[in-house]
Amino acid sequence: MVVFEKPHALTDVPLHYCPGCTHGIVHRLVAEVIDELGIEGKTIGIAPVGCSVMAYNYFNCDMIEAAHGRAPAVATGVKRANPENIVFTYQGDGDLASIGMAETVHSAARNENITIIFINNAIYGMTGGQMAPTSLPGQITQPSPYGRDTNHCGFPIKVCEMLSQVDGAQYLERVAVNNVKNVKNAKKAIKKAFQNQVEGKGFSLVEVISTCPTNWGLTPKKALEWVDEKMIPYYPLGVYKDTTAEKEAE
Amino acid sequence: MADKVLMKGNEAIAEAAIIAGCRHYFGYPITPQTEIAAYMAKRMPKIGGCFLQAESEIAAINMVYGVASTGLRVMTSSSSPGISLKGEGLSYLAGADLPSLVINVQRGGPGLGGIQPSQSDYFQATKAGGHGDFRMLVLAPSSVQEMADLTVKGFELADKYRMTSMILADGTMGQMMEPVSLEYDVKPMPEKPWATTGTKMEREHNIVNSLFLQPDALEKSNLERYERYKFIEENEVMYEEYMMDDAEICIAAFGIAARVAKNAIVEARNKGIKVGMIRPITLWPFPTKAFEAAAEKVHTFISVELSMGQMLEDVKLASKCKGEYMLCSRVGGMIPSPEEVLAAIEKANGGAK
Repeated sequence: MVVFEKPHALTDVPLHYCPGCTHGIVHRLVAEVIDELGIEGKTIGIAPVGCSVMAYNYFNCDMIEAAHGRAPAVATGVKRANPENIVFTYQGDGDLASIGMAETVHSAARNENITIIFINNAIYGMTGGQMAPTSLPGQITQPSPYGRDTNHCGFPIKVCEMLSQVDGAQYLERVAVNNVKNVKNAKKAIKKAFQNQVEGKGFSLVEVISTCPTNWGLTPKKALEWVDEKMIPYYPLGVYKDTTAEKEAE
Repeated sequence: MADKVLMKGNEAIAEAAIIAGCRHYFGYPITPQTEIAAYMAKRMPKIGGCFLQAESEIAAINMVYGVASTGLRVMTSSSSPGISLKGEGLSYLAGADLPSLVINVQRGGPGLGGIQPSQSDYFQATKAGGHGDFRMLVLAPSSVQEMADLTVKGFELADKYRMTSMILADGTMGQMMEPVSLEYDVKPMPEKPWATTGTKMEREHNIVNSLFLQPDALEKSNLERYERYKFIEENEVMYEEYMMDDAEICIAAFGIAARVAKNAIVEARNKGIKVGMIRPITLWPFPTKAFEAAAEKVHTFISVELSMGQMLEDVKLASKCKGEYMLCSRVGGMIPSPEEVLAAIEKANGGAK
C-alpha cells in the first residue's frame, strides 16, 4: 500500500535548489494539485527567468520557457489558442513585479482564465541577491548594501493588494510555506487557483511568501523565522479578492 | 480569371493571413499600420478567431510566442519603433524554433521619427532582428498583390522552416489601394509534434525553450539552425529581374522604391540608356547569385532606397565590389521621385567607361 510518493506531475529530475529554498515545497504542492485534479494531460506550465527557470525540467506536463516577465503574455497566447488547456505561470518577484509588471496587471485586467503562482522571496536569487520590488525597507541586498533606503529607491510593492483593485482579477490570496500549517493552507489556495481555471472562473493568483536563505544570509531555519518576523507583518497572509465565492452564492 | 477587389495594402495583408488559416492576431496601435489591427478586430470575432490589443508591442510578440508554441498560425504587426520593442521576443522565437509572421510597416526613424514611409529597418530585419545568431525570412512586397501573396507565402515558409517570416513593407505599401486577387491554394500545415498542446498522458512532455546552459549544447543548437538557413539560402531566394538582359547599369530596389525605379527605367530606356533592375523579393535570403551574375556585365549598381544606404552594403557584398556603386535615396519619410532616379541613372551613364 502506497503511503507517500512523488506526485506524477513531477519528473524524476533532481531539483537544483539551495538547501532551505522553498521552491521545492511549492513545486510539490503545484504537482500534487495537478495530480488531484487529474489535469496533467491538458496542463501547460510556463517557466520564468529566475532560480526556477528550469521548472520546465521538473514538471511532467508540457512546458514553455518564457522571456523574463512575459509569462502572463505567453499564457494569454496559449490559453486563447486552446481554451481547454489549463495554463499556469510560475514566477518570481523580479519576473512578476519588476520587468513583467505590465504583463501581470494587464493579464489580470483582461481576466485571462489562467493561474499564476507568484513566488515572493523579496530578492533576486539567480543573479546573486539583488533588490526586488518586494524587498523590505532596510533589507540588505547587493544594490542596497547599507539597507534599502526608502528615500533613495522607494517602497516595496504589495502585489495582492494592488491587483485587488483590478476588476478583472477574480481570486487573489497570499500564503506562506514556512511551517506546516502555512503549507497546508498554501496547498488549499493553489488548488483553488487551479480549480477556478477548470471551472472557467477567471484570473487567479496565489502569492507565496518564500525564503532565500542563501541571499538573505541566513540559515534555512532562521530564514523560515524571518518570514514570520519580517515578511508576514509587511505582507499579511489572507484572501485579497475572491469573486468566485460570490458567484457560488448567487 | 480571378475576381479582384480594391484593397488597401494593410488590409490585404490581414485578409490574406485569415485565408492562410491565421486565427490569432495580437497588436498595438502605431501609425502607419493600425489598419491591420482594426481589420482583424472586425474580422476575427466573425470567424471564431482571436483579436487582442495587447498592452504593448512587447506583450504582443510574447502572445505570439505563446500561440506559436501550440503550433497554430499567429501573427503580429507593428512599425519600426514597435519592432525594436519586439527584438527580445524575435530572438526567443528563433531560439525556440517557433514559426510566426511579423509585419513591419516601416516609418521614418530613428527614434520616434515620423509617420511617413521608409526602408530604414533593412539592417534590423536582415542583420539584427534581436540578439544572438539568427535569421528571419524577410519578404519585401512591392504591390498590394504582393502584400497578400507574401503573407500567405510567409506563413508557409515559417511553418516549413520553424522560424519567423517578416514582411518588410513600408508606409506607402500599407496605405495604397490596388486591385488584388485573393484566391489561394493554401497548402495544409505540416505536422507539429513538438507543439505544447497537452500530453494527454500519451507522450513525453514537450518543452518549448531557448535556454541551453551547456555551451556545447547551445553551439549544437545554433549549428543545426544554420544548416536550415543554408538550405533556405539555396532554395528560397525570390527576386524579379526587369530589363536586365542587356543592362549596363543595374538598379537594386525593393518595395515602393522599386515602383518608382521602374518608371525611371522606362524613361531612361526611351533615352537609349541600357538600365535594368534586380528587385529582391526575399531580402533574406538575399539574391546574391543574381547580383553576382549582373556584376559580370554592368558597370554601375544604383541602390534606390528609402534609407541612408542599408541594402547598398548587401549589393556591394553580393557583387563582390566589382563595379561602381551609387546610392539614390531619400529618408525621413521622403520618397525618391522618378526624376531623381533618372538623374542618378544618367549620372551613372555619363560616367560609363
